[in-house]
Amino acid sequence: MRKLAKYIKPYWKQAVLAPLLMILDVATNLLQPAFMAKIVDVGIANGDINYIIKTGIIMIGIAIMGILGGIGVIVFSSTVSQNISADIRMDLFKKIQSFSFDSLDKFKTSSLITRLTNDVLQIQNIVVGLMRIAIRAPLFCIGGIIMALTINPGLAAILIFTIPVIVIAITIIMKKGFPLFSIVQKKLDGVNGVMRENLTGIRVVKAFVRSDFENKRFETANKEFKAINVQASRLVGMTMPVMMLVMNLSIVAVIWFGGIKVNVGNMQVGEVMAFITYMTQILFSFLMMAFVVIMFSRAKASADRIVEVLETEIDIKDTKEASEEIIKNGRVDFENVSFRYTGAGGEPVLKKISFTALPGETVAILGSTGSGKTTLVNLIPRFYDVTEGRILIDNKDVRDIKLHSLRSSISMVLQETNLFSGTIEYNLRWGNETASEEEMIEVAKVAQAHDFITSFSDGYNTALGQKGVNLSGGQKQRIAIARALMKKPKLLILDDSTSAVDMGTEARLQVALKNMLKGTTTFIIAQRISSVLAADKIMVLEDGEIADMGTHEELIERCAVYQDIYRSQLGKEAV
Amino acid sequence: MLNDKSVNKPQVRPGFGRGPGGHGHMSGMMGPKVKTKDAKGTMKKLWKYFAKQKGQYLLVIILVLGSTLLSLVGPLLIGYGVDVLTAGKGLVDFNKLFTILIWMGLAYLLSALMNWVQIYVMVGVAQDTVWQIRTDLFAKIQTLPLKFFDSRLHGDIMSRLTNDVENINNTLSQSATQLIASIITVLGTMGMMLYLSPVLTLISLIAFPLGMYISLKIAGNSRKYFAGQQKELGMLNGFIEETISGQKVVKTFCREEKSLETFSEDNQKLKKVGIKAQIFSGFIMPVMSVVNNINFAIVAAVGGWMSVKGMITVGVIASFLNYTRQFSRPINEIANQFNMIQSGLAGAERVFEIMDEKPEFEDNAGAPEITKVAGDVNFNNVSFGYKKGITVLKGVNIVARAGQTIALVGPTGAGKTTIVNLLTRFYDIDEGTITVDGKDIRTVEKDSLRKCLGIVLQDTYLFSDTVRENIRYGRLESSDVEVENAARIANADSFILRLPEGYDTVLTEDGMNLSQGQRQLLTIARAILANPAILILDEATSSVDTRTEMNIQKAMLSLMKGRTSFVIAHRLSTIRDADEILVVNGGEIIERGTHKELLEAEGFYFDLHSSQQRKIS
Repeated sequence: MRKLAKYIKPYWKQAVLAPLLMILDVATNLLQPAFMAKIVDVGIANGDINYIIKTGIIMIGIAIMGILGGIGVIVFSSTVSQNISADIRMDLFKKIQSFSFDSLDKFKTSSLITRLTNDVLQIQNIVVGLMRIAIRAPLFCIGGIIMALTINPGLAAILIFTIPVIVIAITIIMKKGFPLFSIVQKKLDGVNGVMRENLTGIRVVKAFVRSDFENKRFETANKEFKAINVQASRLVGMTMPVMMLVMNLSIVAVIWFGGIKVNVGNMQVGEVMAFITYMTQILFSFLMMAFVVIMFSRAKASADRIVEVLETEIDIKDTKEASEEIIKNGRVDFENVSFRYTGAGGEPVLKKISFTALPGETVAILGSTGSGKTTLVNLIPRFYDVTEGRILIDNKDVRDIKLHSLRSSISMVLQETNLFSGTIEYNLRWGNETASEEEMIEVAKVAQAHDFITSFSDGYNTALGQKGVNLSGGQKQRIAIARALMKKPKLLILDDSTSAVDMGTEARLQVALKNMLKGTTTFIIAQRISSVLAADKIMVLEDGEIADMGTHEELIERCAVYQDIYRSQLGKEAV
Repeated sequence: MLNDKSVNKPQVRPGFGRGPGGHGHMSGMMGPKVKTKDAKGTMKKLWKYFAKQKGQYLLVIILVLGSTLLSLVGPLLIGYGVDVLTAGKGLVDFNKLFTILIWMGLAYLLSALMNWVQIYVMVGVAQDTVWQIRTDLFAKIQTLPLKFFDSRLHGDIMSRLTNDVENINNTLSQSATQLIASIITVLGTMGMMLYLSPVLTLISLIAFPLGMYISLKIAGNSRKYFAGQQKELGMLNGFIEETISGQKVVKTFCREEKSLETFSEDNQKLKKVGIKAQIFSGFIMPVMSVVNNINFAIVAAVGGWMSVKGMITVGVIASFLNYTRQFSRPINEIANQFNMIQSGLAGAERVFEIMDEKPEFEDNAGAPEITKVAGDVNFNNVSFGYKKGITVLKGVNIVARAGQTIALVGPTGAGKTTIVNLLTRFYDIDEGTITVDGKDIRTVEKDSLRKCLGIVLQDTYLFSDTVRENIRYGRLESSDVEVENAARIANADSFILRLPEGYDTVLTEDGMNLSQGQRQLLTIARAILANPAILILDEATSSVDTRTEMNIQKAMLSLMKGRTSFVIAHRLSTIRDADEILVVNGGEIIERGTHKELLEAEGFYFDLHSSQQRKIS
């Protein structure tokens, strides 16, 4: 929480003004009962109607003054809290933009989204709450005690009994309640978890006829949730009755002891009346303070999650000497490259990889799931940094090239296709904002996307839903390829990016790509041998090591792993 | 009940402090008003749930009434007490004062007690009711046809299951009882005040219409800004979600700057409208506070004047000061509580919409179970469309004899998966018949039909439990040894043993700690364990690399022996040994035969095949 405090700094003037105005507001509220006491004890006692009216008018005047304070508090607290949340959100987003793939993997998308949305909102709420309530409650409490003391210190002794009772009651309830509520939250997550699983897995549930099993599973989760929730709510539900009882009984006490003092002549009736009001104000301010504690504890979790993101070190960044030169030829050398994901123990994912891709060459990478193919290509644009060894592009270590220059000369189509809401054209232009329409169409044709795009009534202006929901998997992949081609890269990386494209289309795509990509160094990760036959070099990865590298003809002769893969796809009779 | 006269004190509700799921009231966030389409109908349906616990709900209402009425007596007695004190020095009648205070203490004690019991009981009943709703809803979901899930966003269903149900809970356990209490308080206070002094009542209420008018004005304005804020927030959250999900793409295209720009703009917009919304809604507090203070002043001054004139006693002033304070809060809250109840009703309506959905076709009464299936499957002239008027399958005929392997190939969207959907009766056909062992599948019990089908689907479903339990899902009564055997046959054994806790490794909710290929292996193991007569593999190995696939296939081949198998694959290599290959295109079977026959026919299949083989020869 403390680490977020610096966000208040730019708005410190408003942040200080708000509590000052609050004093005005609180003061007007505290003065009213005192004047009321005067009306009773002076005005009524002496039958002085003028005095009564005069005091009444003063009271109204004070009340109206109070609104200035009240409105000021609202205006400043709103401004400050909204500004702070906007700033935090901005910083978070900026930070995430600079995240390496490693950090992105670590945090998980859904968790990052929650942090940016819900958690920031929580902080915003606590800031408003803080400025409106947290400061007000102690002010009221202290002010009330002072007023009570000035009226009659003897009677104020009642507070010595009631305040501890309230504080202890609230503390006990909260101490017991907090842990309960975190269990409630966990159980609720459990209930929601079963629900979510059943929604996404409904086909399987139905296919295996497991409704009864799932119902039972849900019942358990639901029952546990209910039981703990009832327990927690009942406990916290005691707060209000207990509070009211203590407060009301202390009023009874005030009247009784006030009566004694009035009888002795130490006190007047109006003062007893005012005292009752102060008493309730003081006790209520304790309840408010309890609220602030609850708010804080809730916001604390959010604050921690935000700070965690903000404090993540950016592990991949430009050095000062990094060159801004863009890639001219596209020669790629791996020299003894080893890689291991941060925090992962055991064997490295890649072990001492060395090879060279000459400008314009096509290098295909084959290998089983988990052999390190994707990791290998992700190292080239520095989405991860090598653990050992180095990668050279045009004889320059990638770590010595500015990230922006490096990545703007490399195009990459990821395994998982991500399109964005907007038109197809908007998505394509991610690759190149300034390309002409002809260029765009040409590229789409190469990616075998032009035909289906123009079959839509809006053509290139067809709006895609979030993540391109209205397209089939194969269509999305082809748009993603076109988007990458728009860049006219010196280096192109296709990471299993035609898996959902049917084979006929894929064959056409390959021919077109081959024609277009002369002079572009290309890396293709693929599952099907048919996709890699035409490559200049085929690399076979096995457990993070290069099992062999060569042309199809060479590999089919000498590489056992390759022969295996080949057989698995084409059947024995084809060999 | 005596209250602090500041209006912006937090409202303590019985459920305060609930987890992050609860709605904090200090947020100053009020959503746009939600309207119910059919409030009456929804209430009727809710009533069915209440009716089961009529007695307890009645008890709660009685307790609310009792505790509220008792708390109304307090200020009256305060007034009496003050009157005793006005006698002045040496003249206070302590006997009388004692009696009054005893009554007062008793009233407050009883009121607090009833309040506590009411909350205690209410929490229990409300949770019972909501629990029942949740259970029913989940059971209902289980019976709904696949069509329902295919045609709706999961997020929407999820939000009904969670937020909306939670909303009903809040409405029940808090708003409803509070609304009753508020109304009684307002009416009761009014009655008490009129009883004490009609004139002072009228005068003390002068400021209220003014306050009400101002707050209504403010509320109207702030609703406008809130709608704006909601819109901007939606935009920004949408942008966040999309960008962060596609963050890797953003990086590959160096779009960080660009997305920062967009974000910054949206963020500023949200901030601007957010400030306005918050200020406007916040105004209600100081305005009500000043109205209260003015009232306080008026009651004190006018009451003082009346008291001098002998019209009322000082005690009446004391009572009034307390009553007027107690009067304003519920009035402010009634509107809020109405909104809460409205949104609770809207939530209930959305929940009942699901409850009212038509369940999956019921079995015909007395439909026989189908067991010990040999595995003859026939499709006779089957036509089907997901939507009326759009046929996806046209006159499909398939004959699979027991033990045969039938492969389905064809481009995406050709209707391969639809054939599976029909055989499992996820959807019912429009025309023709499908028979298993000569029995029309519509005449046999649905569950028994599915039990003899083993299905491995494209989308893997793993739930958050151990690997072992996930495999056991195939046959719940199987032993650990059987589970491990199945895993071994599916070639999943070796990677499972490499997991931190082996078979007892707990999978995360969506199985994210496994690779796509590994997840597939687990679902294959599950199907192996199920040991069905008919096996359906819908692109089951698409996410597994070809070598792993080859290994699985070895296992599959032995598994498929003696079973009728339907294999859908876009890798032709995986299906060349099938007894019959059906080439599906445009919802029709355009070619059929063995691998060899189809190649010789030099048709569609030949083209598909040669596109894979072309460059080899």
